[in-house]
Amino acid sequence: MSVSQAIAVDRPPPRARGWPRVRIIGYALVGLWSLFGIGIVAYLVHAWNADFFARYAPAYLQGLATTLSLVSVSMVAGAILSLPVAYGRMSKNRILSGLAYCYVYFFRGTPLLVQTYLVYYGIGSFRPELQTVGLWWFFREAFYCGVFAFSLNTAAYQAEILRGAIESVPRGQWEGAASLGLHKLQTLRKVIMPQAIIVALRPYGNELILMIKASAIVAIITVYDLMGNAKLAYAKSFDIQAYIWVAIVYLVLVEILRHGVEWIERRITIHLKR
Amino acid sequence: MPAQSIWTLLSWGPDGWSDDIASGVLVTVALALATLPIGLAIGFFVAFAKQHEEPALRLAANIYTTVFRGLPELVTLFLFFFGMPLLLQYVVRLFEPEATIDVNSFIAGMIVLALIFSSYASEVFLSAFRAIPKGQYEGGYAIGLSKWQTMRLVILPQLLRIAFPGLENCWLSLLKDTSLVSVVNLAETLRNAGVAARVTKHSFLFYSVAALVFLVLAILSSVATGYIQRSLGRREAR
Repeated sequence: MSVSQAIAVDRPPPRARGWPRVRIIGYALVGLWSLFGIGIVAYLVHAWNADFFARYAPAYLQGLATTLSLVSVSMVAGAILSLPVAYGRMSKNRILSGLAYCYVYFFRGTPLLVQTYLVYYGIGSFRPELQTVGLWWFFREAFYCGVFAFSLNTAAYQAEILRGAIESVPRGQWEGAASLGLHKLQTLRKVIMPQAIIVALRPYGNELILMIKASAIVAIITVYDLMGNAKLAYAKSFDIQAYIWVAIVYLVLVEILRHGVEWIERRITIHLKR
Repeated sequence: MPAQSIWTLLSWGPDGWSDDIASGVLVTVALALATLPIGLAIGFFVAFAKQHEEPALRLAANIYTTVFRGLPELVTLFLFFFGMPLLLQYVVRLFEPEATIDVNSFIAGMIVLALIFSSYASEVFLSAFRAIPKGQYEGGYAIGLSKWQTMRLVILPQLLRIAFPGLENCWLSLLKDTSLVSVVNLAETLRNAGVAARVTKHSFLFYSVAALVFLVLAILSSVATGYIQRSLGRREAR
């Protein structure tokens, strides 16, 4: 068999010509989407209201800043909190691992909205007790309550990500490092973590995106984040473009993050590609 | 009025709130169960389109998942709940100028949850599609089955078995997402617990009850899915 023949064999089969049914359906669906997109753009142009924009655009920007700070603070606090939880989950001590399991099960098994209500309205209803302990200033602010609930929630998810990533590194790596005389912390830092991070990056990115999406919830407990400002703008103007704009902002934010994570993943796995 | 003990508050009947919360639980379960078949069907077809060789079909399906996975659930819900009546009204008024449209929050919740659930489920189905070797299709065609028959008799049973664990996760997040519909006044678990909390001023108690309800629902569904998983495993060819 000559070289040209081998190449010809590997080529994928030629695409069907003409207009088979699936192609018509495909074009129809794409057409529908473009119609939808054009409709939205046309609506926004038609409903363009300089007054609306001038009044609410700064509020949206402020809301975006609130959303981003809420998410970043909760992500970091959750990451710190997830360390003991992940340690507990992997521990051989039955009590410790049981406690960590219950923590993770509770925060992953109940809706974030319920958890947020439980912190903001539930803990907030113990006002006299909180005042004697001196924590009322914290639970009085909806923003802090949101951060608190979100940190606890993401800590449970991040603990599972961390545990999964560390357990994905084969046991032989630990044994090899031990035989070289590295102690446990050194092994974790120099041998296990560099391999675990590659596994954990994508789940961490997904968790970040989920947090950004979930952060819209704090609008319900009166925090003026991006969604909160959209709600306010809608309540004042009864103009649906309030929600359309916020949807566009969220979509762009999420897409940027998603592609950013993919780019980082391509960069750090470059040595694994052949 | 003497302070009511929490047992009175949690009792069944006019003084207690258990009956209200129980009716909310029914609505929650009904909403999730009503969404499930629609979401599964849409998710399957979206995944089918995503792995199809026709680029236009793939593009349409990819736009679908990008949009509905990228938008926060709450934003999608509000867009539909407030936007759909406007759109429908606009269309209906072309024919009947005096008509007004009101969207039922159960229906709106169902549509939005189906959109979100299906876009996540389609990813699960897609990876299951990719796990099935091409020879399975070819084998199906070789024994004279039509495309549709091959899909139904050969591919789908394997697909479901592979996709099941992922779909279980989708179901659990669907169950949790139903709580969001409470913000558009659907009287489900969280909504009724919130009403009880506001009336009785025992917020912590009633929101804990709501959390407990969702935990119990999650445990019940993992028992059920474990059972289904075992019966699926028994049918696997050895």
